[in-house]
Amino acid sequence: MQAKLNTEKTDWSAFPYLESAEDVISVQRGPKPGGAGGAYRAFGETLRGLRTTFGRVLEGPVTIQYPEEKTPVYPRFRGRHKLHRFEDTGLEKCVGCSLCAAACPADCIRVVALENDPEHRVSAGERYAEVYEINLSRCIFCGYCEVACPFDAITMGHDYELSDYNRSDLIFTKEMLLAEPLDRTPLRREGE
Amino acid sequence: MSLPIPLPLAEVDYVEATWVMVVKSLIIFLGVFGIVPVLTVVERKLIGRFQNRYGPNRVGPVGLVQPLADIIKLAGKEHFRPDAAVPALYVVAPILVIFSGIVTLAILPFGNVQDGIGLYGIDVSIGVLYFFAFSSLAFYGLLLAGWSSGSKYSFLGAMRSAAQLISYEVSMGLALLGVVMMTGSLSLTHVVDGQGAIWNIVPQIIGFLIFMIAGFAETNRAPFDLPEADAELVQGFMTEYGGTKFGSYLLAEYLEMFVVSGIAVTFFLGGWMGPGPGWLDPVWMVAKTLTLVCFFIWIRATLPRLRYDQLMSLGWKVLLPLATLNILVTAVIVTVS
Repeated sequence: MQAKLNTEKTDWSAFPYLESAEDVISVQRGPKPGGAGGAYRAFGETLRGLRTTFGRVLEGPVTIQYPEEKTPVYPRFRGRHKLHRFEDTGLEKCVGCSLCAAACPADCIRVVALENDPEHRVSAGERYAEVYEINLSRCIFCGYCEVACPFDAITMGHDYELSDYNRSDLIFTKEMLLAEPLDRTPLRREGE
Repeated sequence: MSLPIPLPLAEVDYVEATWVMVVKSLIIFLGVFGIVPVLTVVERKLIGRFQNRYGPNRVGPVGLVQPLADIIKLAGKEHFRPDAAVPALYVVAPILVIFSGIVTLAILPFGNVQDGIGLYGIDVSIGVLYFFAFSSLAFYGLLLAGWSSGSKYSFLGAMRSAAQLISYEVSMGLALLGVVMMTGSLSLTHVVDGQGAIWNIVPQIIGFLIFMIAGFAETNRAPFDLPEADAELVQGFMTEYGGTKFGSYLLAEYLEMFVVSGIAVTFFLGGWMGPGPGWLDPVWMVAKTLTLVCFFIWIRATLPRLRYDQLMSLGWKVLLPLATLNILVTAVIVTVS
């Protein structure tokens, strides 16, 4: 809101940087504090404040009781990695190409590839990952591995409860990454 | 002017059997000491609700055992004293604060004389003066704590509490004086008896408001918690205290809150009066007091801490003239009628 200014009484030579009087706006100040009026206003504002805080009581708590109740995550949330199999054949999607390891900025993926035995195929491709380890204590959850993978064999899952007592326990092997997580992280519903 | 009040049995010259006095004091003491830890958890849970959260709800059913956990934690801490502290005063200060809280508890009337036993610790004929004398003693506790700790923060906190004391004690006294003039007695049971027709909060609403504001200052609670000001003074006079000594300050704070609420109920909200048979009197008294305590907590959740100069100007420029005007008007009305 622009208030009317008494432009005639103003000494404009004090403001040489102003192009015209329209550049000037007046500042709206509150009433002067103190005195009986101040005390009266303070009393009114106190009542308003009391109403505000009581409104919070009526709203009820918004706390999520964490260990029992988990925060739901968005579908594209980047949590712990998952390795995938083909649903029909049960073969691993990973062909041990190490592109994920090459893309990883934290250098936390280790892949050792081997030729597939035609009798007992492990993966659908020519080779398979004999060793596939992700050191989750180094992982920065950037998702580059997921982007780099040509076969969608590795994706970022939704699990975020990854703390452990040992650093060595945070090195996830292929079997752990292939397995379903023990408890599922809730997914955020539409509009939640 | 004299009001038609029957003299209660427990005037100063009346002596009850010693065992009655002992049992009475034990019940009041233990009862209130049972309430105080509950108050801490009630405060934390209420503050939580005022901030859209639950507050403590992990220890025991809905967090009710929380105070026990707190007490065990505090009692398990190391006893220490800063090198710069004055040993004797450093130890005496928290005792003094608790002492003043407990002693004021004695005059809170939880009911009138029933079956020859007054439902109060003692009915002194100088009730109001007694309350002021002993509640001001708590400030000596704070001052001694601040001075004897040998720490700048404690000292600043003590200075602030001294300034707060002189700004508020006067208006607080004047606020109660209106009621005293209407009743014509300083005894707390007489004051409650005088409210049979109408509670004093109606004719003395200004006195009630002034007393409550001064009560916040008296108990060092928000918005007048300048002496402890966690943000800039790191708990002020309590900075150098730990373990059970620190716990005793907390205990005293809640005890004082209970006592000041009790005094406010006695003087303005009809004390033990309420519908129902006579044995319900103490229940009414405690219920009203706890409601006021919840109001204290509500205020704490609402208002930010006043600045030092704002506190002084509120005390001297607003509360004192208002309180004086209030008793002037009351005096005129009491004399005329």
